[in-house]
Amino acid sequence: MIMLETQNVRKTFGGIIANHDISLQVDEGSIVGLIGPNGSGKTTLFNSIVGQYPIDRGSIRFRGNEISRMRVPTIARLGLLRTFQQTRIYGGMTCVENMQASVQQSQHSWRRMLSDVRPEHTEKAENLLQFVGLYSKRHLFAGDLSFGQQKLLEFAMALMSEPKMLLLDEPTAGINPTLINGLVDRLQRVNAEMGITLLVIEHNMNVIMNLAQRLYCLAHGELLASGTPEQIRNNQNVIDAYLGAH
Amino acid sequence: MNRTALRFALYLSIIALGIAAPFIVPGIRTQLSFLWIMIVFALTWDILGGQMGYNSFGNVLFFGVGMYACVLIQQHSGLSYFPALFVGIAAGGLVAVAFAALLGWGILGLRGHYFAIGTLGLGIAAAEFASGWDLIGAGSGLVTPLYPGAVGGRETFFYFPCFILAIVTFLSLRRLYRGRFRLAINAIRDDEDKAEAMGLHTTLYKTVAWCIAAFFLGLAGPLVGNLIGFIDPRDVAFASSSYGVWMLLMAILGGKGTLWGPVIGAVVFHITQELFWTYLLGWQRVALGLLVMLIVIFFPTGIVGWVRERWPERFGQRVDEQAQRTADQ
Ligand SMILES: Nc1ncnc2c1ncn2[C@@H]1O[C@H](COP(=O)(O)OP(=O)(O)OP(=O)(O)O)[C@@H](O)[C@H]1O
Ligand SMILES: [Mg+2]
Repeated sequence: MIMLETQNVRKTFGGIIANHDISLQVDEGSIVGLIGPNGSGKTTLFNSIVGQYPIDRGSIRFRGNEISRMRVPTIARLGLLRTFQQTRIYGGMTCVENMQASVQQSQHSWRRMLSDVRPEHTEKAENLLQFVGLYSKRHLFAGDLSFGQQKLLEFAMALMSEPKMLLLDEPTAGINPTLINGLVDRLQRVNAEMGITLLVIEHNMNVIMNLAQRLYCLAHGELLASGTPEQIRNNQNVIDAYLGAH
Repeated sequence: MNRTALRFALYLSIIALGIAAPFIVPGIRTQLSFLWIMIVFALTWDILGGQMGYNSFGNVLFFGVGMYACVLIQQHSGLSYFPALFVGIAAGGLVAVAFAALLGWGILGLRGHYFAIGTLGLGIAAAEFASGWDLIGAGSGLVTPLYPGAVGGRETFFYFPCFILAIVTFLSLRRLYRGRFRLAINAIRDDEDKAEAMGLHTTLYKTVAWCIAAFFLGLAGPLVGNLIGFIDPRDVAFASSSYGVWMLLMAILGGKGTLWGPVIGAVVFHITQELFWTYLLGWQRVALGLLVMLIVIFFPTGIVGWVRERWPERFGQRVDEQAQRTADQ
């Protein structure tokens, strides 16, 4: 089954075409990578998918439903979540509170709105903080964490709300190199054990080639190539535009 | 004594003192009634201003519409004094909530400074509007119905609803802040875009938060109107430059975004203000202005915020040493 599908998505900012008729597909249960040089339109595509910006034209379908006209919170409640390249967490709240505030919002009721935090949610919050390695920091203000720790917290918050699909914008940026393997391992477990489909923007080629089953490469807002990691590695266009520059 | 017992003792003594006060110091029972009202002002302002990060300059509107709604019912319902008062107070709360829901729909979509500016005109516009409407007394205001009891009985009678309102407001917010509601509005305060990206019903939470503030203010209005015995659009009901500004001053002074901060801020502010009025005649406004400047410069996070920065562990902020050690191994 196709989890997410974009067709000819175009997004312009003034004269700049940030996304030029991008079409891609993410199958349910897969891990797909999105690569490309700085400014090639990767984050813009995420923003378009989750409803941050109205797109100029094209279609975006999530589990068969057209979502390109929906608002950000509505799309999130369908189970499509994103993390931000410049991490966003609730700085004035503790890590546990950040997690508790991220409980899934899809079934809403007045009683739930005014009710206490459920003990099982607190327990789940602590387990997930343990999972990303932030358990000992759970009672600290999230704003006092380092950039890398905030990145991990944001990842845990996304897991807390049990999404069907996660868009991760550079999950390894700012993470200590010795911890990156651990993170890749966790991403794989999230995919395999929790059944969350992943679309991952990543500059670290080692990471993304190991992680993803399929890759899309953008350059100057256009889709340059797509295929397996092996195909991408050997694609002359990709080498010229991106990999060769390394 | 453990903390729960200590807290219980504190609440109990506040309640005992609150009940006994008008009999111990009857000479200042009106000022004491206003003290409770100030606490309601600061607490309700802080729901949006402190917990949700939306600075409102227009909350006095809800106080004013509640007051007018009540007095109009008292004058025109044909009921006798106490039933009319009771119905009027309830109507005050409901009308205020209706206003908050409608206005919230319009201006809670504004973010940050734009919201603050959007609310700036609310109280002033309402005062202008009320001053021009003959049915509600226009600029000359309305006189509340005469209290049927003995002379001086009115002040004692109205002290108690003020006291009860403050206690009920405090306990309601305490309950509200313990659960998911506070998490949601704090999330909106810290990063509303993130809250939306996580699927939070931000618009709903914001509107409900404002309605809760409006409800208690809408109950406070009728009490103050009847306590003073006279309502005037600019200086009593929609008094933007006094009540409207004091609300946020008190919350900031005590420490916004905390439960006790606004309470402490209101007490300190009200006592200081009463002292200034008594001893610095003619200079009281200057002194008040100076005080505000000193507070903002030296206690930017308020009294409670200052204490919290000194002793963060007392507020549950800590690194779990045990877990830290295992994690580091
Ligand atoms: N809100 C915006 N307004 C105007 N231009 C924008 C906006 N967002 C992105 N752009 C432009 O769109 C282009 C693509 O930016 P985008 O952030 O999507 O790149 P990216 O592939 O994520 O790059 P990086 O790898 O550096 O994160 C850039 O030229 C950028 O300047
Ligand atoms: Mg980017």
